[in-house]
Amino acid sequence: MRYSPAAGIARIISSFTGLGKKYGLEWWILVIGAVVILAIISMALFAGSIAPFSPYDQNTGPQLLPPGGEHLMGTDNLQRDVWSRIVHGSRTILLIAVLAAIISSVFGISLGLISGFSGGFFDRVVSLVMDSVYSFPGLILAIAFAAMLGPGVINITLAVAVIYIPTYFRLVRGQTLSIKEELYVEAARAIGASGSTILWKYIFPNVIATTVVVFTLNVADAIMIEAALTYLGLGLPPSIVDWGMDLSMGKKFLPSGVWWLITFPGAMISLLALGFTMLGEGLAEILNPRLLER
Amino acid sequence: METILKIEDLSVHFPINIGTVRAVEGVSLELQQGEVMGLVGESGCGKSTLGFSILRLLRPPGKIVGGRILYHGRDIVQMGERELLSLRGRKIAMIFQDPLTSLNPLFRIDQQFTETLFTHERGLGKREAFNRAELMLESLGISPERLLEYPHQMSGGMRQRIMIGMGLILNPDLLIADEPTTSLDVIVEAQFLDLLNELRKQFNLTIILITHNLGNVAQLADRITVMYGGTIAEIGPANEIFDEPLHPYTQGLLASIPNIKLDQPKLQTMPGSPPDLVNPPPGCVFHPRCPHAKEICKHETPEMTERDGHLVFCWLYR
Amino acid sequence: MKNLARYIITRLLLTIPMVFILLSIVFVVLRIMPGDPVSSMLGGHAPEKVIEQKKEELGLNRPIAIQYLDYLWQVCRLDLGESMVFKQRVTKAIIEKLPATIELTAFGMIITLFLGILMGAYAADKRRSAQDNLIRLYGIVVYCIPVFWMGLMLQLIFGIWLDVLPIAGRTGARVFASTFEKTGFYILDTILVRDFSALGDVLIHLILPAFTLGLVLSGIFIRLTRANMLDVLRADYIIAAEARGIKHRKIVYKHALKNALIPILTMMGLQIALLMAGAVLTETTFSWPGMGRLLLERIYLRDYPTIQGVIIMIALIVAMASLIVDIIYAIVDPRVRY
Repeated sequence: MRYSPAAGIARIISSFTGLGKKYGLEWWILVIGAVVILAIISMALFAGSIAPFSPYDQNTGPQLLPPGGEHLMGTDNLQRDVWSRIVHGSRTILLIAVLAAIISSVFGISLGLISGFSGGFFDRVVSLVMDSVYSFPGLILAIAFAAMLGPGVINITLAVAVIYIPTYFRLVRGQTLSIKEELYVEAARAIGASGSTILWKYIFPNVIATTVVVFTLNVADAIMIEAALTYLGLGLPPSIVDWGMDLSMGKKFLPSGVWWLITFPGAMISLLALGFTMLGEGLAEILNPRLLER
Repeated sequence: METILKIEDLSVHFPINIGTVRAVEGVSLELQQGEVMGLVGESGCGKSTLGFSILRLLRPPGKIVGGRILYHGRDIVQMGERELLSLRGRKIAMIFQDPLTSLNPLFRIDQQFTETLFTHERGLGKREAFNRAELMLESLGISPERLLEYPHQMSGGMRQRIMIGMGLILNPDLLIADEPTTSLDVIVEAQFLDLLNELRKQFNLTIILITHNLGNVAQLADRITVMYGGTIAEIGPANEIFDEPLHPYTQGLLASIPNIKLDQPKLQTMPGSPPDLVNPPPGCVFHPRCPHAKEICKHETPEMTERDGHLVFCWLYR
Repeated sequence: MKNLARYIITRLLLTIPMVFILLSIVFVVLRIMPGDPVSSMLGGHAPEKVIEQKKEELGLNRPIAIQYLDYLWQVCRLDLGESMVFKQRVTKAIIEKLPATIELTAFGMIITLFLGILMGAYAADKRRSAQDNLIRLYGIVVYCIPVFWMGLMLQLIFGIWLDVLPIAGRTGARVFASTFEKTGFYILDTILVRDFSALGDVLIHLILPAFTLGLVLSGIFIRLTRANMLDVLRADYIIAAEARGIKHRKIVYKHALKNALIPILTMMGLQIALLMAGAVLTETTFSWPGMGRLLLERIYLRDYPTIQGVIIMIALIVAMASLIVDIIYAIVDPRVRY
């Protein structure tokens, strides 16, 4: 048989390195990012099997135990296993960040398309509102939302989603405006294509490529904002397992030299955000080298 | 007449990821004082690269890998940095294709002039430098009050004249003009060429005019060098090149120009396409497309044949 | 020059609708809360009548439109109301905390620019080398580190393990701010009264928080500077300048950098917003008595007027900062105003 597993693996590896040679550093950045994300998603999916203890179990061992032995990452002040809390915490942050990004993109892209395409008064008003929000520090707006809406998964997701809508809006609107002027769109109009046909069949597909990149970076940002909100004590009730919250609880013990309560949750947040960022950056360079000039 | 520039067997290579581009290969050329040498050829033939090499302005990864460029006996290729810097702008000047992007957008015109002056003449006073800039603008036919403006406030033709002015402000011996009219419209182009001619006489300039536009060189050039695939095809007096081209490439080039006086049912073209400079054909670079190709053309690089000041690199004439 | 004046005025006029929209958004957001702010403020078990009376006092029974207009009018007079929790005018409370935040963010910005621009220029110079790739990697990684985690880790390393830097507050235990406090900008104040040991103390306390802020944002500037320098160094006018015999160093630092700096300047405007956000998190982590910490404190206490006030103040600061940056941009790049 020509298709032995070893040959198959060899071919996959060679196609990887082939692409790597072609695109250089960016390809490897993309791959590393994807690997990290997949690893953490698996952690989230199989949390039950991976975590040795329940994250709520307040009797897993002595209080504030440094990492080692049974407790890979030590225990916290409520005698809970840190590693188990890390594993379960991945679900919370992934769920909220991805959901928020989806909501953001749906609203932002639609508004951008419609506004860019129809122009006129509507466009001007919406653009002005979007520009104003865009210029304002997102985190502070999110803090205001989270504080007003109160703790809860839906609430924090909404708070995180709202701040990124202007980014999608601006990007999509800009592209819509330029594509609208392209000759092939004019040609379509000349043969009688309706407004919505042009919008969805011509403009939207062109816009997708860049929005995919923005989406991955959006998730990375959402992760950071979610962590910031829960670190500040807003957005989620203490009953939910969350990395940001564990950070804020752990920092109280820092002066006594207890380092494991803050090092691991923080490192995980960074790692997850890094994974999505690398994926996004790698994609951006490969899809269009001059795309990302943030 | 004196030879002011002598290029001997110059080769310029660009090592890139798919291989090494031999942009210029074994080129030799002599330039006489006071003449206008037209350097023509299609895109990618190496003429611009040759122009840039003279002042060692090649952008990485481009490198001069062999040969000499002798200016009044001094080899530019081997020159130290200090000597090279004093040469640039003062003895040999270069002007470029797009005047908008060739002028720093953040500096006023007078500042750009005076900076060049201060770079080469240390003790120069500000007032005097400014005066010289004003004088230069006058000889270019531009009102001196425009000195206080920024590049983007001027028209394309005006900018190109400013470019010449900056090139000539220190009265160099040689001016290299790289496709100076490509970005200008036809009327401005004609004015520009007239101006160039005037200045040439006024400043006793030697000019290398790099262009793919044969019309330009017909108007201005004394001699013409035709390049193809990184090598020289032929060099000769302008009228001879046009009336009696020797190299098959030049013949093909001239024949493919549409002639309104003739009745041409079909345009003439040359078969084939420009050579791959990473893997150039062995022997004569033109042989795959040459209607007169012989066996020797496929193996040996042609040697030079001279006929009365008309040089050609082709086995037909050996 | 008059073109510049015209540009400034146009720009100013553009800022007003944006500020107005932000104010309106703040107004709406702070009133979307489910539940009743007054009853929770009074403890949740107060009798109906007391709640009603309090509401009347605070003007919460008037129609929403009237409240909105009143709100706008107040902001124009820079009167941000009175705190629900303490007996203080909100504007005064914020002004007291403002200098601390400004000192922190200013130093953070200096560190960011210093690190970012230098490393970016160096990376552009050494393109495709190992140093370049390392710096680019650093740029991506550092942005993904949450600023509060960076603060905590720096506290851990320098404050706890090495014990060389303080981890909280603007001054140490034995230094009393009241002895020199005048403007609120401690660096200025300590110099004015010539208390140089206090100055040293103030500076030491600034180090960790400012670096926390500065490091995280430096990544953005590295990328920006590097990208811009690479573009600029490839421009025709750079070759043209070389052709005129101008020295390499002058070309890089006068001709190239000035052009490269322009997009960086515009970025700075956007960075003010990020700085403010980072400041909130940094102040919380380092117990820094600034506006950011005030915001969080009052959120926990449900002091809505103060919360609103701080957010409005931040909006105004961001709008003003971006206006100033645009004006500087117009001064530097003449193409913008003509």
